[in-house]
Amino acid sequence: MYKILHAENLAGNIFLMQVEAPRIAKHCEPGQFLIVRIDEVGERIPLTICDYDKEAGTITIVFQPVGASTERMSHLKTGDSFIDVVGPLGQPSEFIHEDMEELKKKKMLFVAGGVGTAPVYPQVKWLHEHGVDVDVIVGAKTKDLVILEKEMEAVAGNLYVTTDDGSYGRHGMVTKVIEDLTAEGKQYDVCVAIGPMIMMKFCCLTTKKLNIPTIVSMNPIMVDGTGMCGACRVVVGDEIKFACVDGPEFDGHLIDWAQAMKRQAMYKTEEGRALLKLREGDTHHGGCGHCGGDK
Amino acid sequence: MADKLTKVPVREQDPQVRATNFEEVCLGYNKEEAMEEASRCINCKNAKCISGCPVSIDIPGFIKEVKEGNFAEAYKVIGKSSSLPAVCGRVCPQESQCEGVCIRGVKGEPVSIGKLERFVADWAKENGVKPEPPMPSNGHKVAVIGSGPAGLTCAGDLAKLGYDVTIFEALHQPGGVLVYGIPEFRLPKDKVVAVEVENVKSLGVKIETDVVIGKSTTIDELLQNEGFEAVFIGSGAGLPMFMGIPGEISSGVFSANEYLTRSNLMKAFRDDYDTPIKTGKKVAVIGGGNVAMDAARTAKRLGAEVHIVYRRSEAELPARVEEVHHAKEEGIIMDLLTNPLEIFADEDGWVKGMKCIRMELGEPDASGRRRPVEIPGSEFEMEVDTVIMSLGTSPNPLISSTTIGLDVNKRKCIIADEEYGQTSKEGVFAGGDAVTGAATVILAMGAGKAGAKGIHEFLSKK
Ligand SMILES: Cc1cc2nc3c(=O)[nH]c(=O)nc-3n(C[C@H](O)[C@H](O)[C@H](O)COP(=O)(O)OP(=O)(O)OC[C@H]3O[C@@H](n4cnc5c(N)ncnc54)[C@H](O)[C@@H]3O)c2cc1C
Ligand SMILES: Cc1cc2nc3c(=O)[nH]c(=O)nc-3n(C[C@H](O)[C@H](O)[C@H](O)COP(=O)(O)OP(=O)(O)OC[C@H]3O[C@@H](n4cnc5c(N)ncnc54)[C@H](O)[C@@H]3O)c2cc1C
Ligand code: SF4
Ligand code: SF4
Ligand code: FES
Repeated sequence: MYKILHAENLAGNIFLMQVEAPRIAKHCEPGQFLIVRIDEVGERIPLTICDYDKEAGTITIVFQPVGASTERMSHLKTGDSFIDVVGPLGQPSEFIHEDMEELKKKKMLFVAGGVGTAPVYPQVKWLHEHGVDVDVIVGAKTKDLVILEKEMEAVAGNLYVTTDDGSYGRHGMVTKVIEDLTAEGKQYDVCVAIGPMIMMKFCCLTTKKLNIPTIVSMNPIMVDGTGMCGACRVVVGDEIKFACVDGPEFDGHLIDWAQAMKRQAMYKTEEGRALLKLREGDTHHGGCGHCGGDK
Repeated sequence: MADKLTKVPVREQDPQVRATNFEEVCLGYNKEEAMEEASRCINCKNAKCISGCPVSIDIPGFIKEVKEGNFAEAYKVIGKSSSLPAVCGRVCPQESQCEGVCIRGVKGEPVSIGKLERFVADWAKENGVKPEPPMPSNGHKVAVIGSGPAGLTCAGDLAKLGYDVTIFEALHQPGGVLVYGIPEFRLPKDKVVAVEVENVKSLGVKIETDVVIGKSTTIDELLQNEGFEAVFIGSGAGLPMFMGIPGEISSGVFSANEYLTRSNLMKAFRDDYDTPIKTGKKVAVIGGGNVAMDAARTAKRLGAEVHIVYRRSEAELPARVEEVHHAKEEGIIMDLLTNPLEIFADEDGWVKGMKCIRMELGEPDASGRRRPVEIPGSEFEMEVDTVIMSLGTSPNPLISSTTIGLDVNKRKCIIADEEYGQTSKEGVFAGGDAVTGAATVILAMGAGKAGAKGIHEFLSKK
């Protein structure tokens, strides 16, 4: 059992949990993820490691309910436990292997969308701790959904917060901020964009135009997270990669976004049904095959 | 009484009924049936059957006890060579092993060795017979990676010798392919697999799930910082292969591993579990091995029309005869001498069909099987909404790539000697699918035994 030492509703529908998982805390690096299971009947849910404390043996996750399992997970409280937490999985961010002197010379831009702010945080923090200050754009739909602003402020070189509706910070999507910053004369050698797929896709379109190599963190459907099932296949250039062992970070300009989005929607109806069942009682169940909503 | 030329028939669930449930297909013998079948064994002096069994069970020895109704004795005889009889009695390819060489088979049917072994194991469990208690602790710590048949056997054997053994398992449940791959209707999880795991635990073996060696920690760390003196790697061959044909990334194309894991390990077929699975209306399973049959029969049970698409003919199907027979009985359609060329998707990216080509058998290839060749111009389209790729698996490089000095061959299989499981790295032993590539439960179990022997010798000398 993996104890939840702290559970908090960060904003709107976004939750943070600090969990006891000493093996993972000891070995994880920025960019990696883990898989949790709530209880015997729960799914295996992949989540990015958003922070870690190697001494205390704890890790932090931030998530947003989208299906039945994550919905149930949002009801867990401080003192409850996960039945399983496994990790760290996937490859660490590439920059941790780079020569520090080279890295210090690089101009890096991090772009975080919504809940994606959480996975961006440990990377920016790692860089800050290694003497590299980077620019960070954090985007959210509206003021109430901006998360981890204080934490990010403490480790970012420059922090630019923007909201779609202009209720806080700059006004407009993150892609607009990328364009504005470059128009203001900023130059970047590399961009790291993490957030919903649609946001990463548009970031890549923008950075491609601006000729900034871009890394994204893919979050396809996963089962085992160790390379055993192939559910997490993504097309990168003309190659098929398993995101759980080869990724989750890839060259965003090589991703086939249309394909990736279609694959991620694969369980939409089955999962939608499971969610309905959870919320509305035993009226429907995923996998019945009779409601004609298989697509 | 039946004539002595044929096996005492084993009771099975009716095909029509079982094609809609996940209960075990074969119901096994009762006492009377088992004793009658046992009486067919002529207790050969030079028993061929023993040489057909990869772990050399004293087959006439245990069958003699069954014939006389001494089931506890029979269990002891089997226990000397095998630690997973309830599993092997169910899933061994007996027709090509012990039963394949049984003298009775020359004229008539061989003795039903597997079913008898299963009967004895089930009887022992129902009557609370436990494995022999372990020897007093010798204080040596050994780590075992993976909890499939290789790891479980190695751990059990070492615990019996007094070693302090910890199994590290990547998944949340121990059992390896026995829990995530082979379906419930062939190998019941609670009734059989969980009991075997409990038996190993009752010997004092600790099982730490959720630990991925190579990620959560490494072999070098186990040896250097965690006080383990030897390691056995039984990590299996879990990496699925795909065909590399156009359209394979479409939604609705699964590896058999994913499909079976969703259904077995994650219990997607049960209403009370959260796991979603795509049922499909018309499913094509590509491949002809045990794994393909299991995926096909699972899809059938979830309510689909299911086709096995295989490029050779029925005689070359690598699956066990019994499984092919069961699959056909349940209404699985065999599209043999057929090979997929391309998968078509609709505008949402979902599979809607498959372009296939007919094949014919040409000259024998290196494996001795006749090589399938395409018949020019015989392309045709098949309408399907789900495709399950069951083309085989290879060992996962997670461990070999993170362990200093551990040699692998070009197929990424760990190099280890057969007798002791010794790898290129001192103190590190390996066996099972991780060494041989995808094989069988009994071979993995045998390799686990060899590894235990190797580790025992290594640590005794230390
Ligand atoms: C490597 C990796 C890291 C991740 N990190 C985080 C994280 O830090 N925080 C977090 O909240 N989520 C993260 N996710 C996504 C998270 O795992 C899923 O939201 C979760 O699995 C949904 O589980 P579920 O059982 O509730 O629903 P599922 O059955 O998994 O899916 C429900 C529905 O949501 C859709 N869906 C799945 N993932 C997403 C997504 N990311 N965005 C939008 N829709 C999605 C599916 O297509 C499906 O229709 C990550 C995923 C991966 C693979
Ligand atoms: C669907 C299917 C049907 C089959 N049917 C039959 C049959 O009828 N008869 C038969 O004899 N054989 C059958 N087989 C083959 C048989 O199951 C395997 O040969 C056997 O299980 C191999 O045993 P193993 O212990 O070597 O590995 P596995 O059973 O694969 O177990 C390996 C374990 O190691 C774990 N692991 C892997 N990497 C790591 C890591 N880095 N850290 C920690 N743990 C790790 C895995 O999660 C797994 O639990 C079938 C296989 C499949 C997939
Ligand atoms: S273990 Fe397998 S091969 Fe050996 S006797 Fe039993 S069924 Fe036959
Ligand atoms: S070969 Fe057949 S008949 Fe002879 S001992 Fe073995 S099982 Fe009995
Ligand atoms: S999640 Fe199963 S292979 Fe990546």
